[in-house]
Amino acid sequence: MNEHPESSAPKSERKIIVEPGVERGIAKLTPEKIEKTIRAVLSAEAGARFKTYIDTCVHCGLCSDACHFFLSHDRDPLFAPAAKLKQTIWEIVKKDGKVDEDFLRKAVEVAHSECNLCRRCSMYCPFGIDIAYMVMMMRRIVHKLGLTPQNMQDTAHSHSATYNQMWVKEDEWIDALHWQEDEAREEFPGLRIPIEKEGSDIFYSVIAPEPKFRAQLLYQAAAIFHAAGANWTMPATPGWDNSDICMFTGDHEMMGRLKKVHFETALRLKAKRIVTGECGHAFRSVYDMGNRWLGYKMPPIPVVHAVEYYHELFEQGKIKVKNKYKKPVTFHDPCNISRGMGLHDKAREVVRATCETFIEMEPNREHNYCCSAGGGVINCGAPYKIKRVEGNSIKADQMKAVAAKGAQVVIAPCHNCHGGLEDIHESYGVHMEIKFLSDIIYEVMEKPGQE
Amino acid sequence: MHSLYYLVSGPLVWVSIALFLGGIIYRVVSMAKLARKKDIFVYEYWSPYYALRSILHWIVPFGSVNMRKRPVMTVVTFLFHICLLALPLFVFAHVILVKESWDVSWITLPETASDLMTIIVIGACAFFVGRRLFVPEVKFLTSPSDFLVLAIVATPFISGFWTYHQFAGYKAAAIVHMLSGEIMLAAIPFTRLSHMIFFPFTRGYMGSEFGAVKHARDW
Ligand code: SF4
Ligand code: SF4
Repeated sequence: MNEHPESSAPKSERKIIVEPGVERGIAKLTPEKIEKTIRAVLSAEAGARFKTYIDTCVHCGLCSDACHFFLSHDRDPLFAPAAKLKQTIWEIVKKDGKVDEDFLRKAVEVAHSECNLCRRCSMYCPFGIDIAYMVMMMRRIVHKLGLTPQNMQDTAHSHSATYNQMWVKEDEWIDALHWQEDEAREEFPGLRIPIEKEGSDIFYSVIAPEPKFRAQLLYQAAAIFHAAGANWTMPATPGWDNSDICMFTGDHEMMGRLKKVHFETALRLKAKRIVTGECGHAFRSVYDMGNRWLGYKMPPIPVVHAVEYYHELFEQGKIKVKNKYKKPVTFHDPCNISRGMGLHDKAREVVRATCETFIEMEPNREHNYCCSAGGGVINCGAPYKIKRVEGNSIKADQMKAVAAKGAQVVIAPCHNCHGGLEDIHESYGVHMEIKFLSDIIYEVMEKPGQE
Repeated sequence: MHSLYYLVSGPLVWVSIALFLGGIIYRVVSMAKLARKKDIFVYEYWSPYYALRSILHWIVPFGSVNMRKRPVMTVVTFLFHICLLALPLFVFAHVILVKESWDVSWITLPETASDLMTIIVIGACAFFVGRRLFVPEVKFLTSPSDFLVLAIVATPFISGFWTYHQFAGYKAAAIVHMLSGEIMLAAIPFTRLSHMIFFPFTRGYMGSEFGAVKHARDW
């Protein structure tokens, strides 16, 4: 296991990270307000699942080995999944909301920076207790108390002001699409990025970092759609961004608004289905949580993640491979599309169809370790970065092991995973490139109009 | 002593059975009602097939990755739970009591088997106490009530063993045996022992969500 400064014996005391947004929030609280707010959340929202999970947990600790934080901190009990509940929501229930500021500082840190809501522990707990759901309940309380770390809250504000994650203005969005269309037309003369086209088969939605600083992904997606002869569109109006940090701050009302505008935009354009770009949390929001909050058992319009869509293209022979990708690759399963959608096997089929050599990392599929960026943890920003990276030395071990087997490239079809893995690779000296599946497909596919 | 004996072997048996059954019904009904009110999606997503698929993976020894990773714990828990459930139902002395009262009976365990199983239950309880004391991540989660629950479970078996082997003071041990057995039965719905009741629901729900909605395995 990698050495890092805090990895020695189990710590019984924790050093709290001082975070300006949390402190500002705490300054505004009174004991009465804390109690009232917590009780309001518990009485309105803590239902049968919540109560049953609290009563059923037998304190056996069997969930511990699931968690990368626990494994990376040399089995420090503070980082075991159920321990995160003991330090947060159990205590809140026990004290019926009568908790103090120091407790809340600690609870914010545990709930926001020590759990990626990756749900790996639900596969290790014999009772299938959904610890991520319980941590989310803690975050909901933190949100209601106004204590969300400021970096993450800023993203949530961007969502409420602009319906996208990164303060992208409407004209900037349209401009980004035109720009990428222009660029791509040099390579593919007939290519279009169809904006506001009614009745297309596909409504393609992405997360705001794509127009903001990963515009090549829009380019590549357009190239793939073009090569596959797809009938697709993107909207000119808000609703193009499928991301959702509000889901992770516990601002469910805002999560609902975001998903509503996303679904309604797709429905307004009379699209047959939504295809989402290579992002895990966005998919979770559209397919799992946002729809639920809005009262839809399943999304009101079929939603397909990019990986599934690519799989379809290869299955139907709509994309042909010119030369397979040469460098040996491995595949990192993003939690939200593996545990969240079971796309691990389809992803592997696409990888095998496009790459010469595929090497599995261990563990893999549903059992893969989270990148430690997910669940909004990376969005909590700089104050928690070291902690996030230290909390995932096990990922570095896993990556080094697969690199030792010869892998030179890790494919991760999720934006968050890219952020998380980049930091891990850099901090622990893992030497592998990180790529999206579309990077590979774009590189190896037969390009229309080219020899 | 006689009146105490009469009490624990007569009325209290009925009280504990009533608390046990009534408690289970009460807990399940109130959970179901609350879920209707606040977690309606539980009903929507519940899938008998996937619930059962998950439950089966978790009640078959070594059926999950975590169980395979912890062979000792797996063997101990399975033996413990099997003995814990089977002993009271099939131990000769219990079946005989039922036969004498209502003239119905069923198969019984050979005496050496019951003896061995009792020792397994007691040994497993000691193992669990050990985990709670010495395994850091378990110790951190442990509260005094967890030891109490273990004591509630172990006492009927220790005293039963004592009575059966007629060790010194076994008459008193017999009373302790009956009383502690009744306490255990009555405690099931109202303590952490309720995990027995809720297991099919929590596991089944996770199985349904993972299987039917997320198309993934949860073991
Ligand atoms: S990070 Fe994942 S494994 Fe760890 S407690 Fe959170 S949901 Fe469970
Ligand atoms: S959450 Fe599950 S595995 Fe973890 S301590 Fe509770 S019962 Fe045990």
